[in-house]
Amino acid sequence: MKAETVTALQAARLKRHAVVLATRLSDAAETLVYPERAEGVFAGDAALLAAARRAMAIGRSETVELDGQRIFLNVYVPPARLIIVGAVHIAQSLAPMASLMDFDVTVIDPRRAFATDSRFPGVKVMQDWADEAFEKIGLDASTAVVTLTHDPKLDDPALESALKSDVFYVGALGSRKTHGKRRERLTEAGITDEQFARIHGPVGLNIGAKSPAEIAVSILGQIVEVRARRLEALAGPKVVAA
Amino acid sequence: MSDALDVLDQVGRWKTSGKGVALATVITTWGSSPRPVGSQLGVDDTGAMVGSVSGGCIEGAVVKEALAAIADGKPRLLDFGVTDEQAWDVGLACGGKVQVFVEKVS
Repeated sequence: MKAETVTALQAARLKRHAVVLATRLSDAAETLVYPERAEGVFAGDAALLAAARRAMAIGRSETVELDGQRIFLNVYVPPARLIIVGAVHIAQSLAPMASLMDFDVTVIDPRRAFATDSRFPGVKVMQDWADEAFEKIGLDASTAVVTLTHDPKLDDPALESALKSDVFYVGALGSRKTHGKRRERLTEAGITDEQFARIHGPVGLNIGAKSPAEIAVSILGQIVEVRARRLEALAGPKVVAA
Repeated sequence: MSDALDVLDQVGRWKTSGKGVALATVITTWGSSPRPVGSQLGVDDTGAMVGSVSGGCIEGAVVKEALAAIADGKPRLLDFGVTDEQAWDVGLACGGKVQVFVEKVS
C-alpha cells in the first residue's frame, strides 16, 4: 500500500465517506473507488468499478477475479454512529463500550449537570434537546439511537425523530408498563403502529442485566445482532471464493 | 479503536516517523476463520504489531513475512490452514483456512 493511500483512507473516514481500495494481488497496484469517482490504475475499468461499488453497497470486502487477475476489494465504510439520549449512569458505561466497538458515539442531554465532558471523556457531548441535536447531526441508516432518560419530555421527541428517519436501530429504556404508556403518547403524537414497532423496548437483550454496565452490554449485544442481521439480509448468502 | 482504520492510523504514524512498515490483510477465508476478510495487521521494521489477522495463531509467521516484504519490497500471498499441514508450518487451531496478502507500505 502506498503511503498516500493510507492518507486517502484516513481522509475518507474523517469525512464519513465510504471508499473501496482495489488491490491487484500480483503487484499490489491500487485503485481507490469512491461512490462518484475513482483514482488509480483501474479507474477506467468498468467491470472493476461495478464490482467495487457492489462490495461497497453490501459492506463486504472480497477477492474477485477479473480478466484472469485476482483483485482484492477492501471496503472501508465510515463507523456506525450511536446516539445516546440521556447522559445518565448507564450512558457512562454504554459510551466507552460502544467506542471500543468502533461506534462513533454522541451523548445528548439538555441538562447541564449531566452532559459534561468530565463524565464522558473522549466522547462527543451535546447540551441540546434531542430533536434539535438530531437536526445538526443528521440521522442516517448507519446510525443507532438509544434513549435512556426515563423522562418523556426528553425521550419522546428523540423517539419521534428517530422513528421518522431510517436509523437502523431504535431502543428505549423503560419497563413494559412504561413502554405501554409511551405507545399511547407517541400514537397521540402521530406515530403509526408500524413505526412504533421499530422501537426495541424494553431495551436490550434479555440477559438478566442489572447494573448499568450489564445493561450497556445487553443494549450493545442487541445493536450488534440487529446490524448483523440487516447486513446479512442485504448481502444474501455468502459467496465462497474458489 | 480495534478496526482496520485504526491499524492504518498506526501504520501512518510509523511511516511518518521514518520506519519501514508492512501491512497484512485477510483476503479470503474458508470455513470457520477467526477474523473476517479485510482484517489487517500492521508491522513495523522492529516487528511491532497493530491489529490482527487471526486469533493469534498465525501472527508470528505473518510478521516474519512482513519483515521480508519490508526488506525486498515484494508483495506476498500466504495460505494458512489445518488441511495443509504438510505444506505449511503454521495452522489454524479452529480448522479454518485463510489467505493473507502482505505488502510493504511504500
